[in-house]
Amino acid sequence: MTALAVSETPIKPRGARGEMLFRAACFSAATLLLAALAGVVISLAIGGWPAFKAFGFGFFTSSEWNPVTEVYGAAGPIVGTLITAFLSLLVALPLALGVAVFLVEFCPRPIANPIGVAVELLAGIPSIVYGMWGLFVFAPWFAQHVQLPLVMSAEPGSWMDKLFSGVPNGANIFTASMILAIMILPYMSAVFRELFMTVPAQVREAAYGLGCTPFEVIRSVIIPYVSKGVVGVVMLGLGRALGETMAVTFIIGNAHGFPHSLFDSGSTIASTIANEFTEATGEMHTAALVALGLVLFLITFAVLAVARLLLRGQKH
Amino acid sequence: MYKKFMAAFGAAALLAGAAQAADLSGAGATFPAPVYAKWAETYKAQTGVGLNYQAIGSGGGIKQIKAKTVDFGASDKPLKYEDLLAAGLYQFPTVIGGVVPIMNLPGAKPGSIKLTGAVLADIYLGKINRWNAPQIKALNPGLPLPNLPITVVHRSDGSGTSFLFTSYLAAKSPEWAQKVGASDSVQWPTGLGGKGNDGVSAFVKQTVGSIGYVEYAYAKQNNAVYASMQNKAGKFVLPAAANFAAAATGAAWGKSAGNYVLLIDQPGANTWPITGATFILLYREQDNAAAGQGVLKFFDWAYKNGDADAAKLDYVPLPLAVKNIMRKQWATIIKSGGKPVYVSK
Amino acid sequence: MDRALFRRIVNGLFVGACSIATLIALTALVLILWSLLSKGIGGLELEVFTKSQPAPGSEGGLANAIVGSIMMCALGMLIALVVGILAGTWLAEYGGQTTYGHIVRFLNDVLLSAPSILVGLFVYELLVAPFHGFSGYAGAVALAILATPIVTRTTEDILTLQPNALREAGMALGASRAFVIRSIIWKAARTGLVTGGLLGFARISGETAPLLFTSLGNQFMNTHMSQPMASLPTTIFQFALSAYEDWQRLAWVGALLIAIAVLSINIVGRILAREQHR
Repeated sequence: MTALAVSETPIKPRGARGEMLFRAACFSAATLLLAALAGVVISLAIGGWPAFKAFGFGFFTSSEWNPVTEVYGAAGPIVGTLITAFLSLLVALPLALGVAVFLVEFCPRPIANPIGVAVELLAGIPSIVYGMWGLFVFAPWFAQHVQLPLVMSAEPGSWMDKLFSGVPNGANIFTASMILAIMILPYMSAVFRELFMTVPAQVREAAYGLGCTPFEVIRSVIIPYVSKGVVGVVMLGLGRALGETMAVTFIIGNAHGFPHSLFDSGSTIASTIANEFTEATGEMHTAALVALGLVLFLITFAVLAVARLLLRGQKH
Repeated sequence: MYKKFMAAFGAAALLAGAAQAADLSGAGATFPAPVYAKWAETYKAQTGVGLNYQAIGSGGGIKQIKAKTVDFGASDKPLKYEDLLAAGLYQFPTVIGGVVPIMNLPGAKPGSIKLTGAVLADIYLGKINRWNAPQIKALNPGLPLPNLPITVVHRSDGSGTSFLFTSYLAAKSPEWAQKVGASDSVQWPTGLGGKGNDGVSAFVKQTVGSIGYVEYAYAKQNNAVYASMQNKAGKFVLPAAANFAAAATGAAWGKSAGNYVLLIDQPGANTWPITGATFILLYREQDNAAAGQGVLKFFDWAYKNGDADAAKLDYVPLPLAVKNIMRKQWATIIKSGGKPVYVSK
Repeated sequence: MDRALFRRIVNGLFVGACSIATLIALTALVLILWSLLSKGIGGLELEVFTKSQPAPGSEGGLANAIVGSIMMCALGMLIALVVGILAGTWLAEYGGQTTYGHIVRFLNDVLLSAPSILVGLFVYELLVAPFHGFSGYAGAVALAILATPIVTRTTEDILTLQPNALREAGMALGASRAFVIRSIIWKAARTGLVTGGLLGFARISGETAPLLFTSLGNQFMNTHMSQPMASLPTTIFQFALSAYEDWQRLAWVGALLIAIAVLSINIVGRILAREQHR
């Protein structure tokens, strides 16, 4: 027997079938996810079609929402959704980053974990509790200590007056955004923490070895290392902020038109649906609400796509 | 290890779902949910039959009974007779409640401020925006009304309470009827939207000079400052169980097609003008005779034994005459395969 | 200014800013927890766990809601973990860079931000209307759809960041790719995967709207998942917005229980993950 004969029988790598099964399972899971989303979007499109047919493009630009005359326009909730989502992200992102950096880099080891768990506990508080806390505790405090002084000190007609006008009872877009920020903070900081902890020790030590201050290590080494993950964190936060219902509903003041100032009442798509869906008896009313849901999906598509493009441009 | 445990738990849960636990189910209006819960609890203790009622909103109740996912639906807003017939449904009332305007006016005592429907409509239209406006002063001579701006608070979510309130405003103000209309969800000309009766109460409590409207139970439980309203007879009345019942007694139940009766602005010396009943929706032709019979038996029991519980929760039971009209209707209208499911005793 | 001093000052400011951020987060937590505790702890008694929900004015607890929530969350998380981890693995290890992979990743993020009420509506059309009945199964599926995108997202992020050296080492020893993933990469990423699961659980533990359309709710104790089931969030929602004090108190107790559950599962999950990580 020559040595070549040994390799005549094809050698199957061990567990090839298991390998295929595993890969197929993973692929099916990913496709299942896609199917679920497709299902949701299709059921929304079917349910909302009557409204789109009736109002056409005007559905997106009109701010008239009248269940009695059955005329619906989504502009008010759309604007409210965008403003609250971005404002809350603006506040939550640096906070989450700060918390994660603190816990991973500066915090004394023994208390780092408990504080981390404590921050994550914020994620476990039911959103209705946020809503009620916002309504009964935060809104009055805000009205007394922030809104009232600002409204009092603003000159009528000045930009400050325009920015801060509104009934000082704390139920407005700004407070809703703040509550949202607190709600998305734990998700973002938890993932940031995990991301930071994957940075290998050698990379860190190399940077310190060069004489960098912790700030410089974080800014120039760690954050770029996890930058792809930062995209994910922003998506998580943005996603949560766009879809959050209960907490926003309680505190946003629920006025359907365009908000006129930062401290004016408004509405978001999610809050409008939550408020009116269970009671909507008219066919067109239900269709309009479902159409609103589809609009939220479209907004999410657009916002996430833009965010992705922007963040991808920043990668080295 | 952990995963194995979860898998076992999941399997057990799946097996648990195999058996049946059939009882009666209903869904709909939030307004009567507490009293239905109370009745169901006592009924189960007495008869062993469980009636599960869940408050998902009147619209939800109507949708679900039409989809036949529940045995009965409940709605604060009665369906019009044509709609009932088109869907093959029948509706009957169970309890009565009132909607009460509340306000935050420093120094005001409950019932001290008098209002009329027309003035209330003007406030909600935004035409009257200060508490010391001449129209309010004319109704309350001698009361020191401050020069405070009126902050209007309404419901942000659709609700039977809003339906009653806007129906009343539409009845008393042609401008309201034309500009806004009556529904469980309207385009409010002005004001803030609070979620639920709770949200409205909270806003009113937190904002000096505000006015809102809530179900009677909320006003009573929270010791809210309510207004005294002028009824059809011209008298200014306070919201109270007796005054709600007075509104129900005068109404023409037996003669209204499909029991479509709105208790708004009813005649009578002591009637509260913003009153309404809540309704149960049932199929005229029952697919499952046992379910239909079970539902009617429950409400028959509730009519007979549920008054004390209802009153304790600040609801108003129907007058006996109305109950008997309903019983007669059940015996003739609700059938299964041609035979009536309920026998009037 | 001396360059070194400038850098030290900037660093100091940065440390200060991070500390303040943490302080803000903790303050918010303390304030909210304080409201929760002060309103809820008073009603925390054994009855809450043994009796089903009462009508206003009667004696009762939250037993039926607790049992229902446990059953539906458990089933929902089971589905979410299986689908989410596998899907995240596929994105990280197999097809993540293909066009299809990009599509899946993007749409996963979109599903993440779906308002829960719409997911509930979809599951209603799928599992409730055709079968003419609300059920615990439908509720569990709705919860799974809400938690899966979070698990997928975090799984992919964490797995991607595992150093390639690990994979190469495993393959060099002759292990199949699947084996490498299961026995090496997953193990190395264990804490991250657990975090994803915990975040998903935190999300669904407080969800009300989707359950209203799928499991409906039940004022009596029910362990049959093919029938309407009670859950803590829906019960809390109903009770908190009512006019009756005893119901309101139970609502706060329920909210407290959810927060405690999330905290405990958080802690337990981390301990389990660390144990084998060594």
